[in-house]
Amino acid sequence: MLGRTANDLFWLSRYVERAENMARLIEAGYRIALLPRVTGDDGKQEWSSTLESAGCAEQYRAKHGEIDTRSVVDFLLFDASNPSSIHTCLATARRNARAQRTALTREMWESLNGSWLEFQTIRPETLRADALPRILDWIKERSAGYRGALLNTILRNDTYHFSQLGTFLERADNTARILDVKYYVLLPSTNMIGSGVDTAQWESILRSVSAHRSYRWVYKDSYRSWRIADYLILNRAMPRSLRACYTEIDNALDELSLLYGEGKPCLGTAKSILAILDGGDIEAIFQSGLHEFLLDFVARNNRVAHEISEAYYFNA
Amino acid sequence: MEQIRAADLKPAFDEMNGFGQGVREPYASVAEWLKSLRIEDLRKKSAEAELLFRRTGITFAVYGDAEAAERLIPFDVIPRIIAAAEWRRLTAGIEQRVKALNAFMYDIYHRQEIIKAGRIPAELVIQNSAFVPEMIGVEPALGVYSHIIGIDIVRTAENEFYVLEDNTRTPSGVSYMLENRETMMHMFPNLFAENRVAPVETYPDNLRKTLESVAPENLDTDPVIAVLTPGLYNSAYFEHAFLADQMGVELVEAPDLVVLDGVLNMKTTQGLCRVDVLYRRVDDAFLDPLTFNPDSVLGVPGLFDVYRAGNVTIVNAPGAGIADDKAIYSYIPEIIEFYMGRPPILKNVPTYNCRKPDALKFVLDNMAELVVKEVHGSGGYGMLVGPAATKEEIETFRARVKAKPDNYIAQPTLALSTCPTLVEDGIGPRHLDLRPFVLIGDEVRLVPGGLTRVALRKDSLVVNSSQGGGTKDTWVLQD
Repeated sequence: MLGRTANDLFWLSRYVERAENMARLIEAGYRIALLPRVTGDDGKQEWSSTLESAGCAEQYRAKHGEIDTRSVVDFLLFDASNPSSIHTCLATARRNARAQRTALTREMWESLNGSWLEFQTIRPETLRADALPRILDWIKERSAGYRGALLNTILRNDTYHFSQLGTFLERADNTARILDVKYYVLLPSTNMIGSGVDTAQWESILRSVSAHRSYRWVYKDSYRSWRIADYLILNRAMPRSLRACYTEIDNALDELSLLYGEGKPCLGTAKSILAILDGGDIEAIFQSGLHEFLLDFVARNNRVAHEISEAYYFNA
Repeated sequence: MEQIRAADLKPAFDEMNGFGQGVREPYASVAEWLKSLRIEDLRKKSAEAELLFRRTGITFAVYGDAEAAERLIPFDVIPRIIAAAEWRRLTAGIEQRVKALNAFMYDIYHRQEIIKAGRIPAELVIQNSAFVPEMIGVEPALGVYSHIIGIDIVRTAENEFYVLEDNTRTPSGVSYMLENRETMMHMFPNLFAENRVAPVETYPDNLRKTLESVAPENLDTDPVIAVLTPGLYNSAYFEHAFLADQMGVELVEAPDLVVLDGVLNMKTTQGLCRVDVLYRRVDDAFLDPLTFNPDSVLGVPGLFDVYRAGNVTIVNAPGAGIADDKAIYSYIPEIIEFYMGRPPILKNVPTYNCRKPDALKFVLDNMAELVVKEVHGSGGYGMLVGPAATKEEIETFRARVKAKPDNYIAQPTLALSTCPTLVEDGIGPRHLDLRPFVLIGDEVRLVPGGLTRVALRKDSLVVNSSQGGGTKDTWVLQD
């Protein structure tokens, strides 16, 4: 496989994952922004968090200044100048797919191309507010369709492994950032059982990673801040947890090493992160600092990504 | 449903109705099928085909227009049909021609016997911009220069076929041949049940076999093939990716390649990997900045040296363009006689080469009846269609020909055959041509059919897609 192909597949997967995550983020943010009694500020604070989680707060402020629901949603959905907007994600994924047609199956290509073609028929100017939930659902559906096509049709060779790496590195990054932006809401306070505001915020965090219902299946309890952190960081069953992501990342790197007959430094780095998550204890994490833990995680996660691109000649 | 009546037509041979004597044998079944349909049904199928093409992504971006929807080459759902016997006759002529073209190329890059024998003027070859002096003395594998040739053939009567043009450099369109068939089989499976149509899906396999057969000798592993593309924004990109995919080989761009230790390599996730056969869809001039155009970013420095040393095979070989040059075209009957020892089976269109004084006189005197073409030009531009031109246009062109006679050839207007096509007012005849794709390696391999290009504008003779042409599925019936 060409180094450039591995690079394009990796980033294609990252962008599809990013689009899906963005849809969830917007959905969660939208919900809270609609609850004036909770926010009391037309959702400005909430949208601010959303923009932070998406990593594009500065760019938004530079472009729009003030925060209002319409502008934020527009920015996150349709703005071609925003490198993390859904528009950019779909366009880039599709462009990469076109550049690597020979590596994708027909189903995978048609899924991405179809999403792109349909997305272009949406006219942002004439969009009504009540159309938003439908569009966000559609994005999640298309993303799932792509993942489905991939899992069902792709050969389990390096094409698959690089795709998996892209998906799960992006997912881990996304979960960590969502948690970090709101970490202060999760810190133990004198009021251990959350106030209405806290509960709404906790639910919002869970919604951003589609975990608000599954939480109850796992914990059979109302939301507790430390359980939420535990759920999203250490729980092996929760598909968007840092731990679950690293299971996949570790697996993909193991398989690549087998396939290519040699291990690379990125494998060791990934395994050390996995060890931290494996042996992790949520109380200890809170003790040493949730925020610090998450920052450290994001940095390590980035390092793995960088080492992968070096090991496999992404930019030869 | 209504068809435009034969009485309204200019007298061109219609592939379905001939000269008006009734439906021709190969079209019997399809003619019945057309009668049984309503126009709306056909239009619906047409829209469905377009959707299928868009989904597959057989589109290309229009240069400089990032926001525009990508463009499609229009596809007409009514097939063009060739009888088995007709195809057999064409095959014999095509095979003879491609062998002669390759023999010609071998000769002019070696002993130049045909020039010494006075059959072709030396300057026409040596001073031709398509002649690549760096290729003199190079020994390409199996002596083949042009491994993939697209021959543009037109028909004027039941048994009258002419070669309009040869394409020996980087002929394109075969992916349309394949995708058109795929689409037709998807939309009209019943038609294929009722007609015995020869398959075309063997092309990628044949292409692969051809490429493997010309790999450098004495390799210690199976030959590694790669397709070199200029990239995503090239209008034929879909075809490059399609062929690479169908053959199961890598699609590469210049930055993926590097010459090291006298061989060509591609940059893989596991380091460098040697490439043995490069099917390049990049023009000669851009292949190697060290040997050819130094500004090229589409090629690989040092590639030509590797080629000359015999450590990689380039398909089609550099310098193959000499055989499809319009000035050489008029000498092809000579070329075929010289190398094959027999007159051509497939005829050239009678061509007047304006570099010859008596031909020039004839052309200047009869310009209103002729098609006059620039020798160096492509895509249907730089051409005068006498009978369709105004007096002013003819005068302007006459001045140009007088000023530079060497750059012009002329041919009588041919009444290209027509075929029923779905158009604005219903089903009407439109002019078309045929481009079979011939593969030459250890054998000559010819897939039955080819690409039929159809001029969608009424009475237009220009079939090029860049000027609004479309395509049809081409059927060769089996006995």
